[in-house]
Amino acid sequence: MNYIKTIEELHEMLKNKEVTSDELVKDSLKKAHFIQDKCNAFVTILDDATGKEVNDDLLSGIPYGIKDNYSTKGILSTGSSNTLKDYVPFFTATAVKNLERHNLVPIGKTALDEFGMGGSGTTAHTGNILNPWDLKRMAGGSSSGSAASVAAGVYPFALGSDTGDSIRKPAAFCGIVGYKPTYGMISRYGLFPFASSLDHCGCLTRSVKDAALVVDAMKGQDENDLTSWDSQNIHLFASLDGKVKGKKLFYIKEIVNLENYPDASNELKEHLDNFYKTLDLLKEEGVTIKEESIDRTLVNAIFSVYQCLSCAEATSNMSNLTGIIFGPRGEGKNIYEMIKDHRTKGFSSLIKRRFVIGSYALQKENQEKYFVNAQRVRRLIVDKMNELFQKYDGLIMPVSTGPAPYIDGHKEEITNDNTTNLEEHLQIGNFGGFPSITIPNGFINNLPVGINITGKCFDDANILNIAYALESKMPYKNQVAPIIKEGPYE
Amino acid sequence: MSKYKAVIGLEMHCEMKSQSKVFSNAENSYNDNPNANIRPLDMAFPGTLPTVNLECIRKSLLMSLVLNCKQPEYIYFDRKNYYYPDLPKGYQITQMHAPVGTNGKIIIDVEGHEKEVLIHDIHLEEDSASLDHYSTISLIDYNRSGVPLLELVTEPCFNSAQEAVAFLEYMRRIYQYCDVSEADTKKGQIRCDVNVSIMDEKDTQLGTKVEIKNVNSFSNVEKAILYEIKRQSELKEAGKYDEVEQETRRFDEESGTTIRMRGKVDAIDYKYFVEPNIPKLKIEASWLEEIKKDIPILPRERKQKYINEFGLSEYDANIIIKEKDYALYFEECISLGMPPKTVANYLIVQIIAYLNKEGLTIKEFYLTPKLLKQIIEELEKGNISSKQAKEIFNKALLEKKEPKTYLEKTAQLSDEKVLEDIITQILENNKKQIEEYKNGKTNLFQYFVGQVMKETKGKANPNMVRDILIKKLV
Repeated sequence: MNYIKTIEELHEMLKNKEVTSDELVKDSLKKAHFIQDKCNAFVTILDDATGKEVNDDLLSGIPYGIKDNYSTKGILSTGSSNTLKDYVPFFTATAVKNLERHNLVPIGKTALDEFGMGGSGTTAHTGNILNPWDLKRMAGGSSSGSAASVAAGVYPFALGSDTGDSIRKPAAFCGIVGYKPTYGMISRYGLFPFASSLDHCGCLTRSVKDAALVVDAMKGQDENDLTSWDSQNIHLFASLDGKVKGKKLFYIKEIVNLENYPDASNELKEHLDNFYKTLDLLKEEGVTIKEESIDRTLVNAIFSVYQCLSCAEATSNMSNLTGIIFGPRGEGKNIYEMIKDHRTKGFSSLIKRRFVIGSYALQKENQEKYFVNAQRVRRLIVDKMNELFQKYDGLIMPVSTGPAPYIDGHKEEITNDNTTNLEEHLQIGNFGGFPSITIPNGFINNLPVGINITGKCFDDANILNIAYALESKMPYKNQVAPIIKEGPYE
Repeated sequence: MSKYKAVIGLEMHCEMKSQSKVFSNAENSYNDNPNANIRPLDMAFPGTLPTVNLECIRKSLLMSLVLNCKQPEYIYFDRKNYYYPDLPKGYQITQMHAPVGTNGKIIIDVEGHEKEVLIHDIHLEEDSASLDHYSTISLIDYNRSGVPLLELVTEPCFNSAQEAVAFLEYMRRIYQYCDVSEADTKKGQIRCDVNVSIMDEKDTQLGTKVEIKNVNSFSNVEKAILYEIKRQSELKEAGKYDEVEQETRRFDEESGTTIRMRGKVDAIDYKYFVEPNIPKLKIEASWLEEIKKDIPILPRERKQKYINEFGLSEYDANIIIKEKDYALYFEECISLGMPPKTVANYLIVQIIAYLNKEGLTIKEFYLTPKLLKQIIEELEKGNISSKQAKEIFNKALLEKKEPKTYLEKTAQLSDEKVLEDIITQILENNKKQIEEYKNGKTNLFQYFVGQVMKETKGKANPNMVRDILIKKLV
């Protein structure tokens, strides 16, 4: 058995004693080491992990991965940054604590773009994280290691975090499911912050049902996170019935229409073509899908608004990283030199560049022009979306401009490339705190691509259900990368 | 005195009393053990988030109401970003955009005249950790990190050090009366920043403002202001006013001078922005109404009541309202039916002196109003003399026994017949003095009283002695 199954299937096997939790865990650890060699997906592999008691809880005894920006008591938690390379927390993030109650077994801490900043998986202090579908390509980021390990069948799911598209884009690049629920449904307590108003916890899985199950277990109001809310009456897993007749979706013309991209590559053309074909599958189920037009100025502003706000919040959020209380002490004649040394050595150049952008936007003389205006535009975009959500159940969009790019030659720069809007539109989901899920919808050049559905706040069940219905019309559920043929998988 | 007009503004930071810290659930109490009152947030461990202490919000709203400020529609907070080893998060959570109170005013008394103080704003924020510097190392104690602070900012509306200090003194009292803070300067619970500028009497334009940071006692506030006025005046006098720079200085206790820290160009850009982890909290009108009910009678109102209703002198009233606990003691005595003036006398002359001598607070004082009543009542009835009362007071304190224990032993001589006999006898023996008395030396009256007391070993009922003497001397 290769145990590449959904959580429900694994539970069935555990219950029938076809496999024990311990065997599942050992198998998972073996695969983790294999994929670590291939993709560099982990910061830490928990070799001492052992199985847990299996009960009627579907999640009991199941192995999983935790992104390394979740605080885990007694377990190295680095955020993939040199500033925390030896940091072992003494408290566990609420989301992980909630999962612990389900007898789940953590197998490892997955690598990410440093503190979740970046979408390439190339800024982790442990080196580049590679895509298991093609080791020359990026896994996407920032939940790179989580996406790579789930796509390589190490375990059925891993935790991610999403500030711009950090769950939903790597999910697409790795051919799996990535779901971030409504802002505040899962407590952020213990998640290393990147940009607090945009940060979401979530998960990467290989099926919509698994995503629903996992978030059901992660969520809950937390007295330690004032932005969390009571979701006791929301039962995501139980509300999946696949009935979508009469549902209404829209896509944004200014982003999806091929006419926006006069220099479109064949890859992009194929990707958009595939998107429309996927829409037909939903239409067959009685879903209405319409094209909506949004002020192009707003659409063009998405990425700059995101850069401005996320970088500004990040520079403040990461001001606690001084090497005084935790992290390696810097050297210097006085405290400021020590802090400077710690930060100069500790951060990757990408983060430093973003700090500069963030500080610039917050400076007294610039704040009104950049930061405050970005907040205003964020509000305008969210208002526009909420207006459309009055008419529609959700927004359906292609993820990125195609499959995962090559690592070589990649640079994170703000370019005038007109495909930016297609690359970055998932950030809308973070602006509004909207529930948003990416599922695989096909292949281009043998590499997976994804499609995303985003809905109004608190309407997670509806969004998941549409994704669930679409998933069942396609053959990509629970797919894994072919690399497993080379590994310790029977 | 300078011939220039001084213009002074104050920033008063006051540590608030509360069960837990303002953004974490660590205990908010003074602790000698460093780093004992801390939660992960107070040291800014990655992933920690602030929560909000509603008790602190309630108390800051109460202060906002006391200061006649305008309250915002929503409570929310801002981050003030800067690096300093006592600031673990790298930012302080404070209120910049929507302070809990703005545009207030309060009337204070300065040396017998009223002064309206204009309040720019009052806001709630968190304190930093405290640093201990040694020759080669510095130690950080995070107990104070996250302790609730109220920062009160006045308009530049004071014209003398005296006015500024009177305001600080009055505010200290208000914090105590409202149970918002212990406001103990000795414990470092109050710290002040002072802005000073000078201008010609007739000028309408304010002079160059100099800020003196972190002055830790009221007497130092006074010294710092006086020094700054002198320093700036001398420069102006010498035609060198352009040397007065908009800058930040600190007060040096040893030399009694102020020393430059940084100029305007080095001013820190705090990059304020709204704290995203704390959702806006709507202030319901009903909540404000509730809080209003909790505002106690403030010291100034009490003082007026003491003067107008109880007939105290302004001097006495001032002493009693100085400490909330004095006022409460006094008022409890009145409510037990004791005469205000007698109580005031006792409080000021006997009790406060005793407390100061013994280093006690009035809460620790053995003679509670109920016990004091045992003495005062007998005194009022004339059953004991004021001398006897004093003796009982002292004995009761010394032996920690109820005053009535001693009253029985010092039963007064109130038998009119016996007293008349004694007095007749005394008058017989003092004919010369009676003559002098009748010729106008009226202060001899006390001499006769004294003789009676001597004869009765102080036990004679003084009122009766008085009455009989008057009757007989006419």
